[in-house]
Parts: sequence; C-alpha cells; structure tokens
Amino acid sequence: MNKGMPSNKPIPGKERLYQKLDRKTAGAVFRRLSGYVLRHAPLFLAALALTLLSNQLALMGPMYSGEAIDAIAAEGGVQLSTVWENVWKMLICYVVSAILSYGLAVLMIHLSQRIVYTMRRQLFEKLNTLPVTYFDTTPAGDLISRISYDIDTVNSSLSHDLVQVMTSLYTVVGSLFFMWKISKPMILIFCITVPASILFTRYRSKKVRPLFRERSRRIGELNGFAEEMLSGSRTIAAYGREEEICRRFAQRNQESMEAYYRAEYHGAALGPSVNFINNLSISLVTVFGGILYMYSQNGRFAEGALFFITLGGVAQFVQYSRKFAGPINEFANILHEFQSAFSAAERVFRVIDEAPEPPDIPDPLPLHSVRGKVDFENVSFGYTPEKRILHEVSVTAEEGKTIAIVGPTGAGKTTVINLLMRFYDADEGKILIDGKEITSCRREDLRRAFAMVLQETWLFRGTVYENIVYGRENATPDEVRAAARAARIDSYIESLPQGYDTVITDDGVNISKGQRQLITIARAFLSNAPMLILDEATSNVDSRTEIKIREAMDELMRGRTCFVIAHRLSTIQGADLILVIQNGKITEQGNHDALMAKGGFYSTLYLSQFQ
Amino acid sequence: MKTVFSYLLPYRLRMALGLCVKVTATLSELLLPYILSHILKNVVAAGALSGILWWGAAMIVFSAVAMVLNVVANRMAAGVARDFAQRLRMDLFSRTLGLSAAQTDAFTLPSLESRITTDTYHVHQFVNMIQRLGIRAPILLVGGIAITLVMDAYLSLVMIAILPLIFATVYLISRRGVPLYVRVQESVDSMIRVVRENAQGIRVIKALSKNDYENRRYDRVNRTLSHDERVAGTVMGVVNPVMNLLMNCGITAVVALSAQRVVGHRSDPETVIAFMQYFHLISMAMMSVSRMFVMYTKCAASSERIAQVLNAPEDPVEIPLESIPHPNAPQVEFENVSFSYTGGHRHLQDVSFSLRQGERLGIIGSTGAGKTTLIKLLMRFYDATEGRIRIHGRDVRTYPHKELTELFGVVLQNDFLYADTVEENIRFGRSLTSEEIRRAAELAQADDFIRGFTEGYAHPLAQKGSNLSGGQKQRLLIARALAANPSILVLDDSSSALDYKTDANLRLALRENLRSTTVITVAQRVSSVKDCDLILVLEEGRVIGRGTHEELLASCPTYREISDSQMGGAFLE
Repeated sequence: MNKGMPSNKPIPGKERLYQKLDRKTAGAVFRRLSGYVLRHAPLFLAALALTLLSNQLALMGPMYSGEAIDAIAAEGGVQLSTVWENVWKMLICYVVSAILSYGLAVLMIHLSQRIVYTMRRQLFEKLNTLPVTYFDTTPAGDLISRISYDIDTVNSSLSHDLVQVMTSLYTVVGSLFFMWKISKPMILIFCITVPASILFTRYRSKKVRPLFRERSRRIGELNGFAEEMLSGSRTIAAYGREEEICRRFAQRNQESMEAYYRAEYHGAALGPSVNFINNLSISLVTVFGGILYMYSQNGRFAEGALFFITLGGVAQFVQYSRKFAGPINEFANILHEFQSAFSAAERVFRVIDEAPEPPDIPDPLPLHSVRGKVDFENVSFGYTPEKRILHEVSVTAEEGKTIAIVGPTGAGKTTVINLLMRFYDADEGKILIDGKEITSCRREDLRRAFAMVLQETWLFRGTVYENIVYGRENATPDEVRAAARAARIDSYIESLPQGYDTVITDDGVNISKGQRQLITIARAFLSNAPMLILDEATSNVDSRTEIKIREAMDELMRGRTCFVIAHRLSTIQGADLILVIQNGKITEQGNHDALMAKGGFYSTLYLSQFQ
Repeated sequence: MKTVFSYLLPYRLRMALGLCVKVTATLSELLLPYILSHILKNVVAAGALSGILWWGAAMIVFSAVAMVLNVVANRMAAGVARDFAQRLRMDLFSRTLGLSAAQTDAFTLPSLESRITTDTYHVHQFVNMIQRLGIRAPILLVGGIAITLVMDAYLSLVMIAILPLIFATVYLISRRGVPLYVRVQESVDSMIRVVRENAQGIRVIKALSKNDYENRRYDRVNRTLSHDERVAGTVMGVVNPVMNLLMNCGITAVVALSAQRVVGHRSDPETVIAFMQYFHLISMAMMSVSRMFVMYTKCAASSERIAQVLNAPEDPVEIPLESIPHPNAPQVEFENVSFSYTGGHRHLQDVSFSLRQGERLGIIGSTGAGKTTLIKLLMRFYDATEGRIRIHGRDVRTYPHKELTELFGVVLQNDFLYADTVEENIRFGRSLTSEEIRRAAELAQADDFIRGFTEGYAHPLAQKGSNLSGGQKQRLLIARALAANPSILVLDDSSSALDYKTDANLRLALRENLRSTTVITVAQRVSSVKDCDLILVLEEGRVIGRGTHEELLASCPTYREISDSQMGGAFLE
C-alpha cells in the first residue's frame, strides 16, 4: 500500500547522496541498529504479531469473497446463506484488519520515536564531551545534518520500511499460497511477469538514479547561489546590480530546471511501465483463467482436477495477483531506502564513536581558591604534527597581574589561551597554576578558575537574563543585574520593552553586535572566577562604550590574573607584562616602558601610529 | 494561489493537450475490468477459445496504449512544470532583490530565502504531480463510476455512497494533521538551533562546564520534537486503515447486494467481479486524491508565501521632480532629517549638513548613535520620516534607482563578498576593464596581497570571502567601491580591521587620487576622520558636535573624550 502521506524527504538539494556501505560495515551497522530495536523487544514483538495478524486477515478477505461469488454463481441458484456467511466473514476480517493495522502504525511510531529520541540524545551528549579540535575541524552544518537528516532517514526506515518489508514478505508469500490453492497452473504467469518487472525496475533505476542525483545537486547549487546573493542584497541594491545578478541566477535556474526535466523525463516512464506489467498480468490471468473456467464449465476439466477453476476462483486470483504485484514492484525501492538508512546510521554512529576528551587523571589535584600564578615551562605545541605553532615558550605570570599578548595574526596568541584552558594539551613542556601542573587537575576545576570573553560573541536563543545567568546558575536576580550594570548594559536592557525577558534571536535584529558583546562581558562578571581571559573582548565595542566599561573592567581585573589579547595598543599599554609573540616564539617581554626602551618590534608598532 | 497560478496561464494549451493524452490513457486502462467481465460472462458462455484469445489480446493492447500515452503525458507535464517553475522562481528572485530594505526587514532574510528555495520547490512539485495524478485520479473516478453505472446502476450506488465517506475522512484528518506537521517542523528548527549553538559555543560551554545544562536544554527540545512527531503520526496514521476499511466495506456490500440481485436475475456474478476491480481502481484513485490534498495544502501555503513577495508593493516609490534644481546646489544635503525604523523611537533626529563636491565628511559616535542609519537614508534604503535629503539639489526620492546608485561607491558594514574570483568580486558584474580593477585595487592598498596569491586576481574566494583576513576583505571592498569612479564614496566602518599604517596609506592615496570625489567616512577611530573637512559627532541620533578635528577638540567634550581614549589607540593587525 502507499506509504504514510507526508513524506519525510529532506529539502531538495539538501538530500544526502548516500554511498553504499561495504558488506562488513553494513553488517556492523545492522547489528547495532538491531540492538536499538531489541532494546524495545516487547514493542517490536507486538509489532511483528500485529503485522502478521492484520495481513493474514487482509489476505483472507478475497478468499471469502471468492467463496461468496461461487455461492452466487452456484449451479442450483444462489446459495444465500453461504453468501451471507461469507459476507460476514469478509466484514469481520476487514474491520479487524483495519484496527490492527492502525494499532501497528501507532506502535511503530512509538517504537521508532523512542529509538530516534535515544539516538539524538546519545549524539548530542557525545558532542559536549568531544575535544574542541573536533569542532574546529568539523563544520557545524555537518553535525546538524547528522542529527537531523541522517537520523530522520533512519527514522523513516524504521517506521515505514521495516513494517513494509514485513508486510510485503507476508503478502507475497500469503498471496502465492492462496493462488497456489486456487490454481497451480496459473501461477506460471508470474514466472513471466515477476522477473520482467524486477529486471525492468532495476534497469530503470540504475539509469535514472544518477539523473536524480544530478537534479538534487543542481537544485542545491541554485539554492546556495540564491542564499548567498540574498545575503548581499543591500550591497547589490547599493550598486544597482540587480539585473546582472538576476541574469546569473537565470542561467543557474535554467540549468537546474533542465536537470530536473531530464530526471523526470526518464523517471516518468517508470510508473506507467510498472503499471503495464501489472495490467499484463491481469490480462494473462483473464485469458488463462477464462480458458480454464470455460473448460471447467463445460466439464472438460473435472472438479478437483489440476486445471479446474470456478468463477470465484478467477475473481480471487485476480485480486491476489493485484496484491502480489505491489510489494514486488516496491522491493527495489525499499532495498535502496534500507541502504540509505544504513549509511545514515553509520554517519551517526561515527560521531557517537568519536574519541572523547581523554579522561581526567585519577586522583586529580584539588584546584580550589586559586591565587593565580601561572607558569609556562618550555611549552611547545602544534595543531598538526607537521606545523609547530608554539616553540618552547616559557613565561611566568605572577598572581593578580595583567599579561598582554601581542603579535601578528597567526603568531599563536589564541593558541596560548587554548592551552591554558586545556582545549588542547601541550605537546611538550608544562603549564602550572599555583605550582600545580594543569594536566593533573580536573578540567572542570581548571576551566572554572577562568572567566572568558571571546572575540566571537556567543549567545543562545533565550532571554537576556538566561544568557547572563549562564555564567553562574545559582546567581540571584540582583547579582545578575549588578553584573549587567558593571558591564554598562543594564540601562539598555531596561529600555527594551521586555527588559531582561527579551528573547535574543539568531538574526540579532533586536540587539547590536556591541550590545551582544556587553552581554557576554556581563556573563563574565557574574562568573566571578579568579582568572580572566580577554580575547579581543572589546573588539565590537566602540571607543565611547569602551571607555564606559573600562572602569568596570579595571575593577574586574583587579586582583585577578588576566590574559589579554587585544588590537588596541591603549588596552595593552597598561599591562604588567607584555609578551610579543612572533612565529611561535616570545621575542620580547616586559612592560610598556621596558619594551619601548628596547626599541624592538613593539616600539616600531607603537610608534607607527604617530607617523 | 491566484497569483502563482496565473503563471500557468501561458501553458494552458500544452496542459490541455496533456490532459487529452492522459484522459485517453486512463480510459484505455478503465476498459480492462470491463473486458474481463465480458470474457467471463459472454465469451466463456459462447465457448469460443479464439474469442477469449482475441479479447485477451485487446486487453494487452489497451494496457500498452495506456502505458505509452501515460509516459507521453507525464513527460509533457514535467515540461510544463519545468517552464512554470523556472519563470516563477526567476520572477520571485528578481522581485526579492528589488524589495526595499524596510520590506526585506519585515520579511526577514531567512524567510525570503526559504520562499525562493523550499516554497518554490513545493509549488513546482505540486504542478508536476497535479498534472499526473490530478487528472488520472478524477478520470478513474468518474470513468469508473460511469462504466459501473452502465453495468449495474444499483450496485454502483454503493460505490457512490462510499466515496463521500472516504473523502470526508481524508479531509477531516488532513485538516487536523497538517498543522501538526507544521508544529513538527518548528520543533525540528528548535532542535537544530540548539545543536548549532553548541557547535559554535563549545569553548564557552566547556569553559563554564555547562555540559549538564546543555544536555538538559537539548533534552527539552528533543522530547518536544519526539512528542510532536508522535502526535502527528498518530493522527495521520488513521488515514490509510480507514480508507482501506471503507473500500473493503464497499466490496463486501457489493457482494452482499449482488447476491440479492442475482436471485432476482437483475445481475450476474461476472458483473460482481468487474465491480470489485473497479472498486480497487477507484479507491486507488481516491488515495491519490488524498495525497494530492496534502500536497495541495502545502502548496497553497507556499503559494501564499510566494505571492506575498510577488505582490509586495513597489517601494520605495519614485516621486516626480517638482522643480529644476539650483545649478549651484551642494552635492549632498541633509535638511532637518529625522528617521525612525519602527515609528516610535527616533533613530535620527533633526540632522542637517551639506557637502560640496570633493569635500570629506567624517561621522563618529558610539554604537547605536545612528551613523549607519544616516548612510542608509542617503542611499535611500529607507525614506526619511521627516526632512529632506538632496543630491545635487534634487530630492533623493526623485532619482530612479539606477541613476542614484551610479553616483555612489559604497562599503557597508559587514559587506558582502561571494564565491568567485578576486577580480569578479571587485567588478561585481559591472562592465569594468581589468585595468580599472587593478587601479582600484592599488588605491585600496589591495594590489600587493592580491599579487601574493598564486593565481593573482583570479584567486577564488570562498563563500563570504572566508578565506581572507578581515583586513584583506575590507581592502577588496574598498577597491570595489572605487572601481567605477563614483562621485560619492561612502565608507561605513570599512577600515576597522586595517592596521594603522595601511589605514594611513589608504587615506593618503584617496586624498591624492580622488580630489573631486566626495568621501563620507563612518568610523570609530578618530584617526580615520581627523583629516575630514567636516566631522559630525552623533549621539543617540542627534548631532552633538560639528566642525573640523581641531574645532571639535575645543568645542565638543564627547569628541575630546573619544580622542583621548584613542591616544595610543591604534590597532595592530
């Protein structure tokens, strides 16, 4: 029968083009997926039972109708009581079968949703244990497509295809059985039509599938182009380039529509051809059935003989042959969908199996009431073994001091922060906090010792309040307000119609970049950690606003060890220690005056602004 | 729906032809059960073997005819759908680009995007499928009923009685079900959003050890999604069993009633067999109709969304020129301009200034002071709520869009680079020679780094130019703005990522080479505007200081404060 109505097909152009898995991987994926299903074994068994029952009943319907017709066509006139008896049987079969099949549908939705829910949860919970490297190397879009499209593919396979396969198998076998009972010779017809149908669909899909793939690819490209150009719509308007861009769009539009048509052109033949084969079956059944019936009527074939058939028998046979053809035609499709589901599941499992951050060492050193002395001892590090970013860096940051890191882009400034927070671990050398090696502490303790404000503001969809209190969950509303005041964002928040309950949306129409940055600063204020990392923290805040928060910042920095990466020399000037990093090495260190006196890179940089 | 379907009008002849082909095909198919019944009833009774074979051959011929014609009709349908969608999508895209800034804000970009992609796709699919199923199904329905009426009117009443029930079931359930799927889609979006937020904020999440919090947050959306999917599935799952049941009940009723009629010799068992066949065909047709119904609901919603864009009023409207402008009028003039995005809070208030050709204007002020808004009004992305903006003495609203944009070279905040070569990004679809592009790049201090690429000007950019550094992007954008020798150059915060030295070189190059170009610079650095002939200091939409650098240092405390804070405030790259 046809599938549940709204298809779960992904948006065009975003369809995954799944590769076929090799036998061994497919086997492993199959076992693992079965594991999920078997975890709900009672549900699954119930589903199985329902499938068998409801199909059995659906198959018995035509049998009774055939008997009823025989009773109607009976030689001595209509045998009304037999007819009625069969009519009742038919009715009962159909009603019960409908109820059971609805029950089955609901059961399968529950089963598949439980599995899918678990898979999504496992995948997500895994994400947060993965090292930062993983996110630096995997595009967010890829993760999203795994947790949505891939799991969706698995879902539709579980909720539709699984039942369909069970139903199909049962229907095919059952129909064959009944047809066998009615007339063995007529089954021979299917020796022609079934292979014809299978061969034809296989041949066709082989030819058509690449065309559909091309079609998806083209539409994907077209959509990508449209999205990219729309993101520049203001610039396009500013330069009056609408017509030119439309011309380019038109070309891609045409290409994609041609690809669409090519796929449809060949795809359009599939349905009618399969239909033809079905009709051919019916025609042949009619001819042979007619001949057999004729000779059975005039007595050439005796009742009970191999070739004997009644009128009801012909009627049943036609009905069964219709039932029988459907699943056979669908079989190639289902097989393909199973392959897709396996590949999709494999992509999901690959993330679930990713190695998490190595566990904290057993018996970690406690890291409470940190005072804030930080030592780097001969630290070397590279993101890849081939390319070293830091070479034997040694620095001591005394507690409560401000350390500014200066250097050209790519020199390794942010890397220092990555190592401090243990987003990455140093390849060689040691980093110590209060004399304790950071690798021998718990990551959580270490990270809680820092508050961070990064260049890229990160806020989630939620209220302003939720975003600030994120810094310390148990903070009171007063503390949240105090933090917002300290970050000089309080009065702005209050001016919003919903105040602290204003929901921050992704497109950020309501809140500017600078204000977003201030909110993350408020979050850092609230977290009240003993050490502070400011990575371009005020890059999105203009000078006037920066002055406003400077005081508060000074307040925040007082008594805390601070690591500051900044472009503005004014921010750097007041630091206790300035590190100049070039090509992964510390080339100069000292305070502003010392470095100016030295006349190196820093002083050249500083003086260039007055030229 | 009307707007979108008017796009089908040009294809009505092709569609009509396709319809005829489809009708013929479907009728051929409808003959099969009739012949079946005829063979069993009449030919068998006559005992003619050759008759059976002839009629059987006829069945096969009709099947073949149905196949060929169906293929032809399907291909024609795909052709019409292709041409229709191509035109619709094209118009939608070009209309979208033509929307005013205010309209774009109202629709929001993501929504406009999905109208061009997903919605157009839905409509396209619908137009394709409706020509196939939408014709086949009603014909099977009507034709089937007609034939059964001829065969036995009484029995066919059973079928006619069942049909409304099937239809009502589908209609009622779909009406409940479709909104449920809308909700599922929303839940999917929330679920995806949380994942995206986590992928992007992983450092913050780890720094604050928020794993559990995030897991809980995800679990909420995950649960909601599962729940919504379950509900939607449970409701929609009713459709198929009920339809099957109704169809089978019909067959049962036919058998039961026909028994009575055969007793009275008003019918015969062979007719019953044919009836069962027709019942099967017709209920298949009903299922297609119900599938189309769901598609129709989707398509109607999509068409509505597309039509909203297509029918969006022309905005901004060009107004007629009221008088010949004074020949000696300043090049750019703001006269008591006020503006509000929302109609409430004033984002600009009573701003006035004028610039002569070749003068330099600097605009400085804190975030949200209205600097960019001022630029947007000048470029007529929005119309001023009050006051006048004139260029060469003519109200900006009297300029045709093209003429207005040709005056400007612009770098907007967070401006737009796209996946193409460096050269194309500077050319931006204008007819500029490579020479002009090279010269612009030199002026913009971009030539050096461009030559540094192995492919030079043919170097391909990634989407959004993400393979360039911030400073490189800004220089490319400035080159784009300079390339067509605009008479007004607008730089909105376009050198913030340049180091001091490059910024200084850039300003020097502009000063020396573009003497007659009026330059408007929006900046946060005093150093970027200090050489301007006029500097406006904005605060909360008002001009709180105007004059040259020296004048403002003396007269405007805010300006002095900014300047002081930036002493030693250069940026390092």
